Amino acid sequence: MKRLLSYIKEYRKECILGPVFKMLEALLELFVPLVVASIIDNGIGRKSTEHIIWMCIVLVLFGIVGLCFSLTAQYFAAKAAVGFTAKLKHKLFSRIINLSYTELDRAGASTLITRMTADMNQIQTGINLALRLLLRSPFVVFGAMIMAFTVDVKAALIFVVAIPVLAIVVFGIMLICIPLYKKVQTRLESVVSRTRENLTGVRVLRAFCKENQEIESFNAETDNLALAQRLVGRISALMNPITYIIVNLAIIWLIYTGAIRVYTGLITQGAVVALYNYMSQILVELIKLADLIINITKSIASGKRVFAALDLPEGQEIIKSDVMSTDSLVEFRDVSLKYSGAGDYSLEHISFKAKAGQTIGIIGGTGSGKSSLINLIPRFYDASEGSVLFNGLDVRSYNPEKLREQIGVVPQKAILFKGTIADNLRFGNENATDEELFEALETAQGKEFVCAREKGLESEVEQGGKNLSGGQRQRLTIARALVKKPNVLILDDSTSALDFATDAALRAALRSLSWKPTVFIVSQRTASIMHADIILVMDDGVVVASGTHDELLENCEIYREIYDSQYERQGE
Amino acid sequence: MGKHQLTQMGIIKKVIRRIGRYRILMLLSLLLATTVVAITLYIPILAGKAIDCIITQGAVDFNTLISLLIRIGILAGEAAILQWIMNTVNNHITYNVVRDVRNEAFSRIQILPLSFLDRNPTGEILNRITTDADQFADGLLMGFTQLFTGIATIIGTLLFMLSVNWKIAIVVVVLTPLSLFVAKFIASKTYHFFLKQSKVRAEQTAFIDEMITGAKTVTAFSREDETLEKFDEINERLEKCSLKATFFSSLTNPTTRFINSTIYAAVALTGAFAASGLGIFGVGAVFTVGQLSSLLAYANQYTKPFNEISGVITELQNAIACAGRLFELIEQEPQPKEADTAVSLTDISGNIDIKDVAFSYTPDRPLISGLSLNVKPGQRIAIVGPTGCGKTTFINLLMRFYDVCDGSITLEGHDIRNITRKSLRLGFGMVLQDTWLRAGTIKDNIKLAKSDATDEEVIEAAKSAHAHSFIKRLPNGYDTLISEDGGSLSQGQKQLLCIARIMLCMPPMLILDEATSSIDTRTEIRIQKAFLKLLKGRTSFIVAHRLSTIREADIILVMRDGNIVEQGNNQELLQKNGFYATLYNSQFANQE
Repeated sequence: MKRLLSYIKEYRKECILGPVFKMLEALLELFVPLVVASIIDNGIGRKSTEHIIWMCIVLVLFGIVGLCFSLTAQYFAAKAAVGFTAKLKHKLFSRIINLSYTELDRAGASTLITRMTADMNQIQTGINLALRLLLRSPFVVFGAMIMAFTVDVKAALIFVVAIPVLAIVVFGIMLICIPLYKKVQTRLESVVSRTRENLTGVRVLRAFCKENQEIESFNAETDNLALAQRLVGRISALMNPITYIIVNLAIIWLIYTGAIRVYTGLITQGAVVALYNYMSQILVELIKLADLIINITKSIASGKRVFAALDLPEGQEIIKSDVMSTDSLVEFRDVSLKYSGAGDYSLEHISFKAKAGQTIGIIGGTGSGKSSLINLIPRFYDASEGSVLFNGLDVRSYNPEKLREQIGVVPQKAILFKGTIADNLRFGNENATDEELFEALETAQGKEFVCAREKGLESEVEQGGKNLSGGQRQRLTIARALVKKPNVLILDDSTSALDFATDAALRAALRSLSWKPTVFIVSQRTASIMHADIILVMDDGVVVASGTHDELLENCEIYREIYDSQYERQGE
Repeated sequence: MGKHQLTQMGIIKKVIRRIGRYRILMLLSLLLATTVVAITLYIPILAGKAIDCIITQGAVDFNTLISLLIRIGILAGEAAILQWIMNTVNNHITYNVVRDVRNEAFSRIQILPLSFLDRNPTGEILNRITTDADQFADGLLMGFTQLFTGIATIIGTLLFMLSVNWKIAIVVVVLTPLSLFVAKFIASKTYHFFLKQSKVRAEQTAFIDEMITGAKTVTAFSREDETLEKFDEINERLEKCSLKATFFSSLTNPTTRFINSTIYAAVALTGAFAASGLGIFGVGAVFTVGQLSSLLAYANQYTKPFNEISGVITELQNAIACAGRLFELIEQEPQPKEADTAVSLTDISGNIDIKDVAFSYTPDRPLISGLSLNVKPGQRIAIVGPTGCGKTTFINLLMRFYDVCDGSITLEGHDIRNITRKSLRLGFGMVLQDTWLRAGTIKDNIKLAKSDATDEEVIEAAKSAHAHSFIKRLPNGYDTLISEDGGSLSQGQKQLLCIARIMLCMPPMLILDEATSSIDTRTEIRIQKAFLKLLKGRTSFIVAHRLSTIREADIILVMRDGNIVEQGNNQELLQKNGFYATLYNSQFANQE
């Protein structure tokens, strides 16, 4: 709640003016009975037609002024709610895209998406309603109590008892419901992730004819959701009936006390009527409040989820590090890596040096730690032990953005975004000219297929590059990294979908790049890395051997095995 | 998404049809609403009578008073219980209807053609099933709880007013449509804004979905600021639409309240004239001040539900807009239904005949044309060619993810359009380059292929796929939970898991689309041996780049620009010295 207030600061004006205008409108409503009383006493009593007409005009005027107040209040409330939510969305989104890989792995896309969408919508509704009604109801409730005191102090004490009891009921139900609504949101999240999974895995699921099972398990999820919703619904539905009983008991008590006090001549019948009216007014307000409370309760539950996401640690800490004498561009010093939550180390005691302009090949079995290793260079993950040096400085001492500017990464999974091909290529360098893009495409062996498209660079790419083949996507991601003209280029098994001829042409083109980047090539194919200056052979998280192709063929059995597996049968 | 826009009435009809299942509960809810309203209207009358017992000092009829108060207590208790039941019933209906609609939408997605799913961003479809369904639920719930009680209150009060003074009551009745008219006018305007808000919101969700999915790439390119900028642009647009929708929808309430105060003033005016004997309506002197005040009180009570109802109406507008988008999804044209005559193949030997097939994703860009191929049982077909030549499309056609535009594909002599999708697809074991794993345990993921497999079978399959050794090393072995899309598993490990699936279900035919591209060659060769054992005498289609794999195929299809340019075995193709020979030599050149 407190955090919410600190975020809403920017809309202080709207947040104050909204409720104030709403209260002014309520105040006018409180005056209406007085005007009516005047009609009865002065108009009907004295048979003054003029007075009756005037007072009715006053009533209409009240209506017009009330309308203006109310519209102003609604506008401010809407503005604050919408604006605040937009700001909060901005804040959360910016936090999410700045999350470290570790946090992204842990949080998972679906929950972040629900928080950015469903939870945000709920918060917006909640704030809007709260600003419009939250202050109004207590205002009327306490207003009625104060009025009651002016009528008769002893009878008004009933109000003093009834109001706290009502408050306990209202807030008690609210407190019980908040965790239950949180549960509802969590279940909703399961529904979201089920749907997402189904959509992304549609080919596999259909290939296995899992449609019916998918429907079944989806139905189980929605059943679960409905169950949680009904439970919380049953409890929050108690609010209205319970408050109704309390108010009516208070009325009974009030009339009875009133009767005794009238009998003893302390107050008049009219006073009892007035007291009764005030209690009824409280009832009307409470009914309105109950709906509001349900909505606010939901919003608080959503708010908590959003703030929990906002609390995810942003980015990575930057440490101070002294320049360590090194003659290499990238150096690993006894680096070990254990992913958070993992049972075992993924990398152990890795040390090697890469000089500027060199090509480093990394080869090894599936799951041997090749990708983990190169992910440490742009600091996607932090080494658990040891240090990764870039230009003699620990990578953790760089501003991550500055560090990544110098490193072009082509990940295993070719992810493209909705937009044109040019948009995607300019991802790393906004200001690249069309010539530069074509240059990068030429190196990446993608110029031909891009030019073959009717709109060339301006061809549309669908979300995730759905409308391109695997090989086309890979070539675009390679070109995308090249457009940056990075000092270090990392190809993480990113030519797996390219045929051998294209792959060979790509490597030749990389060798002749004018700015001579240091290239890391992770590959399964000996052909891709055999010309590297240094080849690291990995097995089970450890570098088992390093050297040139010829050296390794001589000394490293694993390397020889890999090589033979690819070439022996072609030697016939 | 779809072309057809549903009209509001059309949407409402569809909603009603879905509520139909719960009509008994609906009737119960209506009944309860009427009872609750009757009691809540009756209690003030009792309270009034009770107050009438209190006349003045020393003149209080305690006996009548106490019996009246007891009646109030009992009735209030009854009303409270009934109201709770009513709320519960309404909740039940609402949440169940939304669940049903969600289930319906999800079931429909299962039979939608892949072309639809390929064309529409995941996030947008997601938005319909989640946010739109939620908003629809909220609107529906408000509608139920308030519309019924509102209408019942209006009718109840109206009856009471008529009984007190029918002439003044008529003034109220005449003015009432004004309120409804204004509410309707605003509502129809707001609907437009809600629709727009819904649209922009969907756009935003799609963007959020895309960017969160690709968050790692965004980080790698330090594109956080630019991405945020783009997000802000959509966010600002949404803010504007949202403000309009929210503000204009909130107009209804104050406006109808204003009209209601006018009605109130009118009642006061006519009532006062009547009571003072100046009646232009000739009401007569029987009208007392007490009656006027109760009439005014009821006039007030009468107008309040109108506010609520108009509030409900705007809420319903939004709900309808959202429901419309949901129904649009639900009513998407599904993939062609299976003919009743569709055969369910049980004994597949792998006889495939492809005749003159033509296909394109978009009519204006033909992709595959004149494709013909005859595959005999047990043959291994390798498909090679430069990237983007249509290999994956070929698989889309084989699996019938897409239907051919012209020509035919037959399996065991049956056109695949005449075979049940289930038996066709289960006949193939497919492993794609784009691995897909679901959140769950490793075991669940392997068992996807055969849900009743025993643990032993799962381990056996994992062993044949050479995945056992790395699974064993995970924190909880086969019960290790992996997040969506495999989380921190490497691409190669994911492929091994996908292969383990196939090893588990042992399909009669196999499609491997770059299935081993991220697996090291030593492991790959071992896997292939396992495959060979598995597929002895069975047909397989293999898309690969490693010529070592391809060379041993019975037929090599060399594809280029969507056409099969060459076809034959390794020997024949090399002798032909065509496109294949060029590819082969470029691979060979690599070894030097």
